Amino acid sequence: MTGAFASALGADLLAADVTAPGSGIFDALVPMPVLLPLLAASLSVIFARLRNVQRVLSVVALLGVVVNNVILLSRVDEATGDAAGGIVVSQAGGWVAPLGISLVVDRLSAIMLVVSSLMLLSVLIYAIGQDSEERRFAAFHPVYLVLAAGVSASFITGDLFNLFVAFEMMLVASYVLLTLGGRAGQVRSGMSYIVISLIASTLFITTLALFYSATGTVNMAELAERIPELPSGVRTGFSLLLIAVFGIKAGIFPLFFWLPDSYPTAPNAVTAIFAGLLTKVGVYAIIRTQLLLFPMDAQQGKLLLVVAGCTMVVGVLGALANDDLQRILSFHIISHIGYMIMGLGLFTLAGVAGAVFYVVHHIVVKTALFLVAGLIERKAGSDRLSRLGGMVRSAPMIAVLYALPALSIAGLPPFSGFVAKFALVGAAIEAEQWAIVVVALSVSLLTMYVMGRIWSSVFWGESDDAAVMARLAPGVTRVPMLMTAATVVVVGLSLALLVFAGPLYDLAERAATDLLNPQGYIDAVLPNSGDVEVGG
Amino acid sequence: MSVLLAFAAAFLFATGTWLLLQRRLSRIIVGIGLIGHGSNILLLTSSNGRGLPPIIDSADPTDFADPLPQALALTSIVITFGVTVFLFAVGFRSWKLTHDDVVEDDVEDRFIARRRADRDVEESEAAEREHAVEEDRA
Repeated sequence: MTGAFASALGADLLAADVTAPGSGIFDALVPMPVLLPLLAASLSVIFARLRNVQRVLSVVALLGVVVNNVILLSRVDEATGDAAGGIVVSQAGGWVAPLGISLVVDRLSAIMLVVSSLMLLSVLIYAIGQDSEERRFAAFHPVYLVLAAGVSASFITGDLFNLFVAFEMMLVASYVLLTLGGRAGQVRSGMSYIVISLIASTLFITTLALFYSATGTVNMAELAERIPELPSGVRTGFSLLLIAVFGIKAGIFPLFFWLPDSYPTAPNAVTAIFAGLLTKVGVYAIIRTQLLLFPMDAQQGKLLLVVAGCTMVVGVLGALANDDLQRILSFHIISHIGYMIMGLGLFTLAGVAGAVFYVVHHIVVKTALFLVAGLIERKAGSDRLSRLGGMVRSAPMIAVLYALPALSIAGLPPFSGFVAKFALVGAAIEAEQWAIVVVALSVSLLTMYVMGRIWSSVFWGESDDAAVMARLAPGVTRVPMLMTAATVVVVGLSLALLVFAGPLYDLAERAATDLLNPQGYIDAVLPNSGDVEVGG
Repeated sequence: MSVLLAFAAAFLFATGTWLLLQRRLSRIIVGIGLIGHGSNILLLTSSNGRGLPPIIDSADPTDFADPLPQALALTSIVITFGVTVFLFAVGFRSWKLTHDDVVEDDVEDRFIARRRADRDVEESEAAEREHAVEEDRA
């Protein structure tokens, strides 16, 4: 593909058509989820000594992002019937797609943006209430905002190399947040986390180099047009490389080992946001790239289903073996990543819709569970199941806050977890993938057992640890109001998923329809691709 | 030229991978650095090779070198450099805490393995006791 750039330059520059056509007001909203947090982060560095100013800055910025994202979602979801099919595209710097970086918000991106910004805001308030790392380190606020920008950037980018940059933004921020405080345990697990992520990043660069030499572009819409022209062996290789790169981030079956080791050592609020968002960014990237770039390849569907089954089983068994609350929940993330990959692996409308719904449900519910785990640790001073006990009497509020998301994640009928699992299993039955149905249902039972085990050892019975008992005595330890309030909000959101399960599932189904018809995405990003033949 | 670069990239990847598999953090960091260089060279070779500087109106556009891979490689060099420096800082902190740069095993995993071993020991001791009681009866 020699001279791809040169001919693109020649064709487009001479046509004097390199600036993006009339961008509307909504196009200006697209880069905001990245720009607002970055701006606030830089201001936050200036006010490093004034913690309250930093707090106001972060809350205002993230609140602005939430509002912005809700507007974007409503705009994108309005099926106005135009050619773009409700996809909002912003060409960075005003350069048209193959030359510049496209920022694209379709339904899936918009859903992810809304949910992630809500979680980022709630967890920030929780961290402020917790008053520990957030208060002690001036770096917390700027780094947290950079993390927010990185997560948003991964959702809106329409360029594979830009996705790498967004990942790095998010990861570098996560390295700092994970090792904030520099305790021995954090440094030890932080090192393995950084090394693993760096290896994933270099593998990503390598993959990008191969993509560029084969196709001459890193724009995802243009890749989607050119990849079908490649020989099928090369295509499968590329698809597997991308699954491996993003799989390390998502924590799928053979690549999950770093996750339960590193997440629990971070401060509670940080673990909650890592658990809720970072792995899901990986899942989002897998869903986006597989469906956009490799639409009709049956091979990796089978592979993804096998990987999904193994991921579910390994995660839940790991959760059974552990004693530390945070580690149980961390292993549990892995198990649930399996469900999302299963939905994708079916490559049917119902499967992908189920996966999208599951991602939304899991982000909210998992964040809620980690926040509650933080409350338990704050109240009882320990997060080992073997030392805890009897909290249903000493902390009934925490018990309720744990019970609701736990029942939801176990997939009990009225909750959103049931809707999500029902949709996925229904899709698998429809696709006649019986093995994965059996695995999904048995893992679901084990999940219930894991959640029940936490409940019975934390909330029922008596603790035989004197220190824990002393802390649990009435009036000894108080959990800060703000921490509880933030947890209540997230648990409330998880209940809202149940109330609005119907409309939300319809939305997920529309998102899945978009995903399975990538031509709409391609047309939105490259409106002139029919007129100007680029490359050759 | 590009064959040479391909061999250079392969050599860097191979050496880097070998270093990554060591237990000492200092070697792992050097290994990551080498793999990073390998992937950057790969990025550079993904362009069309030599060409004129891509300045508009200076020459025929078809003679230009492709600047995109160079820009990508530059970006990735900067990012890898920054993260490697951070990793060095964490490694230094670790050395100050433990005076050792061997990467340790997962603490919780060892805890669980030990718990399992303890239980096995208890079970075998219990079995021995029962055996002794039975022998006494006999």
